[in-house]
Amino acid sequence: MTSRSLRASAATSARTAVAAFAAMLLGSFLLYGVGFAQPQQIHDAAHDARHSFAFPCH
Amino acid sequence: MDLFRRLFTAALVAGVLSGTAASVVQQVTTVPLILEAEKYEVVTPPPVAAAPVMVGPVAQAAMAALAPAPSDHAHHQAAAPVREIGEGVPTTAEEAFQRLWTTVVANLLAGVGYALLIGGVMLLMGERVDARRGLLWGLGGFVAFSLAPAYGLPPELPGMAGADLEARQLWWFAAAICAAGGLLAVAFSRIPIILAGGVLLAALPHLVGAPHAESAAGVVPPELAARFVALSLGTAALFWAVLGSVCGMMMSRVVGSDDHGDDGF
Repeated sequence: MTSRSLRASAATSARTAVAAFAAMLLGSFLLYGVGFAQPQQIHDAAHDARHSFAFPCH
Repeated sequence: MDLFRRLFTAALVAGVLSGTAASVVQQVTTVPLILEAEKYEVVTPPPVAAAPVMVGPVAQAAMAALAPAPSDHAHHQAAAPVREIGEGVPTTAEEAFQRLWTTVVANLLAGVGYALLIGGVMLLMGERVDARRGLLWGLGGFVAFSLAPAYGLPPELPGMAGADLEARQLWWFAAAICAAGGLLAVAFSRIPIILAGGVLLAALPHLVGAPHAESAAGVVPPELAARFVALSLGTAALFWAVLGSVCGMMMSRVVGSDDHGDDGF
């Protein structure tokens, strides 16, 4: 493998890692909102979904 | 950014399909039981006319304060249930509809959230995926995010006795993350020490133990709770099967091809 293709490969992996971590971060944020956040309105809206998905609810 | 956009597209499709499937099944499995259980967490004050425990002048005065005008209207007010927790059992069609659509939205968001999480990990692991392999990922997601937390904290109905909410949330989170880490280690590593570490990691929250209420004094009948546990886990299994296989299929079609064709992905 030439140094050029190594560099290209490293850039691809870095790009992959950034996209993967960004997706995981956004996913965690959504799941926190659906499953864990405690403000009353969010709790009430997600209430049945929380119980059905077995998140601790109240 | 382009890669993220494609990953997001894959997760969106997988999340919406699995969230929709879960929503449909929940409405005939878990939700009726939740509504049934909520009847038990309703506190009904004793009817004004027939309150056997309230005798004597003090109680008379208290009852007078509760229902100053002993008309039909006042009687209905006094007998109306007082909710302790949550918004209450829907009484009008509008309330029922609102409850339905907020639940569906929450399910879709949970689907997209889990799909983003799984899709991100699929991408990081770098193994080629398709619908069949995705189904295995879905099985892993079910074990990590449904079965492992439920092993310590069974899916609970409204009105069930439980320990402090924050302690339960923390334990739930720890059980899920440790199980996910353990599964990934076992699935992708061939190094014995990492395999052993993965098994230990998955077991750790269960060795510590989940927080439980000091006395099991919930108001929900145990038969109802038992049915709920089974239905909740069954629905979650379906949700994860759809999520995993669709996510795998979408990842192979939308994300995996041109970006990684040249570097062994």
